Amino acid sequence: MQYLVSVINDTSELATPDEMTAIDAFNDRLQADGNWVFAAGLGSPSSATVIDNRAGEAMITDGPFLESKEYIVGFWIIEAPDLDVALKLAAGGSRACNRKVEVRPLLSE
Amino acid sequence: MIDVREAITRAHHEEWARVVAALTRRFGDLDIAEEATAEAFATAVERWPADGIPPSPGGWLTTTAKRIAIDRIRRESKRDDKQKQAQMLYDDDPAEPPGAIDDERLRLIFTCCHPALAMQTRVALTLRMVGGLTVPEIARAFLVQETAMEQRITRAKAKIKTARIPYRVPSADDLPARMSGVLTVLFLVFNEGYLATGPGTDPLRHDLTEEAIRLTRLIRTLMPHDGEVAGLLALMLLTQARRTARVSASGQLIALGEQDRGTWDTALIAEGHRLVRERLAARVAPGRYQILAAINAVHTSARDARDTDWSQVVALYDQLVRIDPSPVIALNRAIAVAEIDGPQVALSTVDRLEGKLAGYHAYHAARADLLRRLGRSQESREAYDKAIELAGNTAETAYLTRRRDQLG
Repeated sequence: MQYLVSVINDTSELATPDEMTAIDAFNDRLQADGNWVFAAGLGSPSSATVIDNRAGEAMITDGPFLESKEYIVGFWIIEAPDLDVALKLAAGGSRACNRKVEVRPLLSE
Repeated sequence: MIDVREAITRAHHEEWARVVAALTRRFGDLDIAEEATAEAFATAVERWPADGIPPSPGGWLTTTAKRIAIDRIRRESKRDDKQKQAQMLYDDDPAEPPGAIDDERLRLIFTCCHPALAMQTRVALTLRMVGGLTVPEIARAFLVQETAMEQRITRAKAKIKTARIPYRVPSADDLPARMSGVLTVLFLVFNEGYLATGPGTDPLRHDLTEEAIRLTRLIRTLMPHDGEVAGLLALMLLTQARRTARVSASGQLIALGEQDRGTWDTALIAEGHRLVRERLAARVAPGRYQILAAINAVHTSARDARDTDWSQVVALYDQLVRIDPSPVIALNRAIAVAEIDGPQVALSTVDRLEGKLAGYHAYHAARADLLRRLGRSQESREAYDKAIELAGNTAETAYLTRRRDQLG
């Protein structure tokens, strides 16, 4: 079972060097314990572009689809047998990156 | 006929959670377990009057429910085999069996009270799955529309499946925190019954208090060595023992000091006192429910309000403040202090809590009472006004109004 752990940023601050070190250590642990699938940091919402091609004519809009004070600044995809394990791992992630995180299951099949 | 109805009611009380739990384990799906169990009870209502009560009602219900579930799964698996498989609830046996506490019903309780579910949802799900209350009953108890309650429960079951909330008893590391979460749910159900909110409701909801006691008793059977479980049960029993003395015929709340102690339920008090003594004998640092139970034991030991051992009450509150330094506990401690050191000393403590408790009716009620005792009628009247404005319980509002109107 895989879970998306989104990192929620509520300031305009980027990760500090200390936070980066903690995140690296956390990632190493995820890999060593076999919970690692993928992780990445994201550019700020101002770097987003929304595209809507449902009508067959691509509409391009500058900026994120939702303007919000809180936004996703990065994410992990982790492997965990159930939500209890996923929440424990996510708690470690939140501590490491010093931000709140949201946990959502990836739908299987 | 009467016997059959009684047998069904008893089976519903004793077997509902067991049947739901056994089916959830067997089929890995709360939804199927709930529906099949409800249908098995409906079948019992139909069949038992004609066929007689089976020698083992629980066994009969479980077998019937399993057959219903299998039928339903067969019917559905023809349609969407793969999807069903994918949605099976996650269930694994811990490597080390938890021994004495290995009961299917515990898994069910811990799943329903999972911290990833909203508190209201945990309450509703526990009452439905473990307590066997119907959705309309739960909706009525919490004054929400049936459809809204149905939706809340359906969403919770979907989240349990999709996010894979496990169906198991937490590991020893997590057990204390998770157990305290379960007790919070039960205490919330009890309090809602004991001090129901809303202008149109009965001030006391015995269905909810009794259900909370029944579920706490169940957990006590499953975890007999947990001190806080014993403490919460004792606290509920000692509170419930005073239920008839607590509200007057005209629907007014009667304060502890003015209650007719002759109407207290002596059997419940004896049972509560036994539990409190058991915890004292255990010589383990008590948690908050055990201390609250002990405070209630002191009150219920006094045959006359004037015989109350207030220094003991204050000492217990001191203990409680150390583990739970919340302003509400400080307020209750101050009320006890007034009985020893007088209303002036208590009032100065209470006044210091204003910043944190200005929106809490009990804060204003306590101030009103202390000011009244100090002869400061005008200030007392204002505090009563504020308390009445904030109180949500009809009996409490009536009580506060009477006290205000008695001021000279």
